[in-house]
Amino acid sequence: MQTTVQRPRKRGNSHYTRTAVALHWTIGGLIVCAFGMGWVMTELAVSPLRLRMYNWHKWLGISILALVIVRCVWRITHPAPPLLPMPRWQALSARGLHVVLYLLMLGIPGAGWAYSNAAGFPIVYLGLWRLPDIVSRNKLLAAELLELHKVLGWLLLAAVFAHVLAALKHHFVDRDATLARMMQWRAR
Amino acid sequence: MTRQIRITDAIALLGLSLLALASAAADAPGTIDVATSTIVATFKQEGVPVEAAFTRFTGHIVYDAKNVAAASASADIVTGSLDLGDEAYNAEVRKKGWFASATYPKATFRTTSIEGVNAVRFTATGPLTIKGRALVMTVPVTVSTTPAGTAFDGVFTVSRRAFGIGDAMWDDVIEDKVEVRFHLVDSAK
Repeated sequence: MQTTVQRPRKRGNSHYTRTAVALHWTIGGLIVCAFGMGWVMTELAVSPLRLRMYNWHKWLGISILALVIVRCVWRITHPAPPLLPMPRWQALSARGLHVVLYLLMLGIPGAGWAYSNAAGFPIVYLGLWRLPDIVSRNKLLAAELLELHKVLGWLLLAAVFAHVLAALKHHFVDRDATLARMMQWRAR
Repeated sequence: MTRQIRITDAIALLGLSLLALASAAADAPGTIDVATSTIVATFKQEGVPVEAAFTRFTGHIVYDAKNVAAASASADIVTGSLDLGDEAYNAEVRKKGWFASATYPKATFRTTSIEGVNAVRFTATGPLTIKGRALVMTVPVTVSTTPAGTAFDGVFTVSRRAFGIGDAMWDDVIEDKVEVRFHLVDSAK
């Protein structure tokens, strides 16, 4: 019977750019804030705080949308390093999950923006810049967009959960550099 | 038998005449047709313009540029009919701190003087009463002919605080100035 030996971490021969790392963690942090705020604000009774939180939530969402677009452009021009060696099913799931994450990160703020407009509230980013209305006021459409925004939000929660679990599994079980290379702050 | 018929006839006649009176009132020149008219308040919430329409109101406007002395305008707006697009907010603005709709169901405007500017413009002056407080307003009005009838359009700004609409705690999130835009149509003409 062989005892498991602590293997040294496999280093990826390629890594993420600093910009990609910064965008990853910034967007992640903002998503956590926006999600928490969305959860809390909808439970609040009508009050100045509730109105404020709705605005902050919208500003966060628009910030996320903009950063995700930057992230997409960056990823196309600066491809992510290849996946570390792993079983085919894991590589396929990783690719699929990342596509889902990107679609949700674009779709959720998009649906939120459309919902806000349909409900009759234009979005004024940081209270300073009025963004164009992407749909016109329509109560029925607003109800449907709100539902879509919520359902996609729960899907994102599930996707992020899987994303985090997979990262931790690679780090602590496989002991590879999947997570470490997203934390490296090397000059490039 | 004949007596019975007479009574029914009388009731029917009374009903008919009441109906006729009611429709005559509705069709009287100067009566605002609510279906084609709008009164919209726009307030700013942390820079976000929010449009809310009053869905129930009645109004009367008589204006003839050749006989300005006979001109008059009035409006009675059901404060509880303000629609912000969300029932929770609609219920909020009916509360005591806002319109206190239970105590003051209506906001009214009555002209005390009308000044003709030209054939299609006049200014209406008179008290606007909301929540029991009356403030004299001067409102510029433009007259136009639309397929629906004669339309009276105008915009004016009111101070929320001057009428005590919204407690002080809201002042940081909701601006004081509220723009009121109206499009009132007299379909009889």
